[in-house]
Amino acid sequence: MKAFTYERATDVTAAVKAVAETPNARFLAGGTNLLDLMKLEIETPAHLVDVGRLPLSAIEATADGGLRIGAMATNSQVAADATARARYPVLVEAIVSGGSAQLRNKATVGGNLLQRTRCAYFYDTAKPCNKRQPGSGCSAIGGLNRNAAIFGASDACIATHPSDMAVALTALGAQVETLKADGSSRMLAVADLHRLPGVTPQVETELSPGELITAVVVPAPPQGGQIYRKARDRASYAGGLASVAVAGGQVALGAVAHKPWTAAQAQAALAGGASHAEAAKAELAGAQDQGRNAFKIALVGRLMAAALDEAKQGRGA
Amino acid sequence: MKTTITVNGEARALDLDTRVTLLDALREHLGLKGSKKGCDHGQCGACTVLVNGVRINACLSLAVMHDGDEVTTIEGIGTEAALHPLQQAFLTQDAFQCGYCTPGQICSAVGMLQEAAQNWPSQATEDLTAAIALTDAEIRERMSGNICRCSAYPQILAAIRDVAGEPA
Ligand SMILES: Cc1cc2nc3c(=O)[nH]c(=O)nc-3n(C[C@H](O)[C@H](O)[C@H](O)COP(=O)(O)OP(=O)(O)OC[C@H]3O[C@@H](n4cnc5c(N)ncnc54)[C@H](O)[C@@H]3O)c2cc1C
Ligand code: SF4
Ligand code: FES
Ligand code: FES
Repeated sequence: MKAFTYERATDVTAAVKAVAETPNARFLAGGTNLLDLMKLEIETPAHLVDVGRLPLSAIEATADGGLRIGAMATNSQVAADATARARYPVLVEAIVSGGSAQLRNKATVGGNLLQRTRCAYFYDTAKPCNKRQPGSGCSAIGGLNRNAAIFGASDACIATHPSDMAVALTALGAQVETLKADGSSRMLAVADLHRLPGVTPQVETELSPGELITAVVVPAPPQGGQIYRKARDRASYAGGLASVAVAGGQVALGAVAHKPWTAAQAQAALAGGASHAEAAKAELAGAQDQGRNAFKIALVGRLMAAALDEAKQGRGA
Repeated sequence: MKTTITVNGEARALDLDTRVTLLDALREHLGLKGSKKGCDHGQCGACTVLVNGVRINACLSLAVMHDGDEVTTIEGIGTEAALHPLQQAFLTQDAFQCGYCTPGQICSAVGMLQEAAQNWPSQATEDLTAAIALTDAEIRERMSGNICRCSAYPQILAAIRDVAGEPA
């Protein structure tokens, strides 16, 4: 690990200022992704501003029937929240399908959204990777790309975003609330937080440098059932090969793109009265495989149709 | 950097490089070698300790993040003369072979039983709004963050079952 200095933030405004004013500074929340990457020297910040103890972990009902989740709430705290369990089962199911209990006890909501890809070449510093080293090339194209994207990939990067929680938040139409260094605050849909790779796969989100996520705001749940289904190589403690979040007529997919993927074609087909299998097929008309991940197309088709069936049978309705 | 962490009930003043993980602080600086380093990347659970009563992976945390925290390691769970019920159950059920994962398994199980008592859900929870019943499926799922290379899983389950009691 490269040497770095460390400070613990006690005030939200000061934390944002500290990151903005210190060269190569980063926020540190649970640390379960950032420290992992720092050990491998994939991330090499010179200064860490620990935001973990900022008073941003409350989970509260909003006036319009939604839920406001502080960015420092741990994944476990959100999953244990009574309102989340009663009204947003898709969110709780997505969270408890991720990592292990130990990781969820440490991981925060903000950190989970901003975790980086699990592409094996991104982790292998001996190999070219445009995301890790812009312009060096993409080893996954033509390489071991079993877990690569089937939607929205580019010639520069075919990696996927690994968060489960973000997929549920996308289906629920949630927004992130942020604070910038200039003191301004804004709301941004979770669906619009992450970018497609294009020619700059190293730029992963729409956040500006030093912009802090302060909360996630989930609107009142949509009418209809909710469910999260995740397919993976072992039954627990494994990242997804593909996942589906359903919240009423809203559908999002995980581990299939550089961001949580809003299944817009499937949603449109469902709204037009299509069957669940037809809706999945409509979405997958736009899918493109990379060879070794071709199985994902059939997998997503079945997973999506099954999740829609199950949600309709009233799970979480 | 100066950091004070209460470890197994005793305040320990440390002066550490910021890079030192909580796991390395415990093992290399405080001589508490019970917590094990398996992967050092959050993938095995051998380093599981309790921080303010909650189980985490000590390898993916910096010691300086824990200033003022209360950390419990396997050395703080029972004594040789008075074993913790989980330690006794692991012996009775023969729940280990090489023993490398065992301190992490036991710390994890202590945290897991508290989480279940507070009714935290898991992936194995059928009804998210009902009281948690610690079925075998629930125990397995809740302990999935602790890998056992010797595959003592059936005995680990039996040991935890002994302490948890039969599901209601
Ligand atoms: C073995 C293993 C298995 C895993 N499996 C899964 C899985 O199946 N599903 C899944 O979804 N995840 C999985 N994860 C990832 C885990 O969920 C993330 O590491 C975790 O959610 C990150 O949260 P954190 O608070 O620890 O973030 P940190 O590591 O502290 O931060 C991550 C990034 O976000 C930035 N950041 C953090 N908080 C904020 C904020 N509020 N505002 C702005 N920037 C911020 C940091 O600067 C950093 O760049 C796994 C991780 C491991 C190690
Ligand atoms: S897919 Fe993206 S992250 Fe993976 S090697 Fe290519 S550029 Fe790097
Ligand atoms: S050593 Fe910490 S999880 Fe493996
Ligand atoms: S007893 Fe050997 S790793 Fe578990």
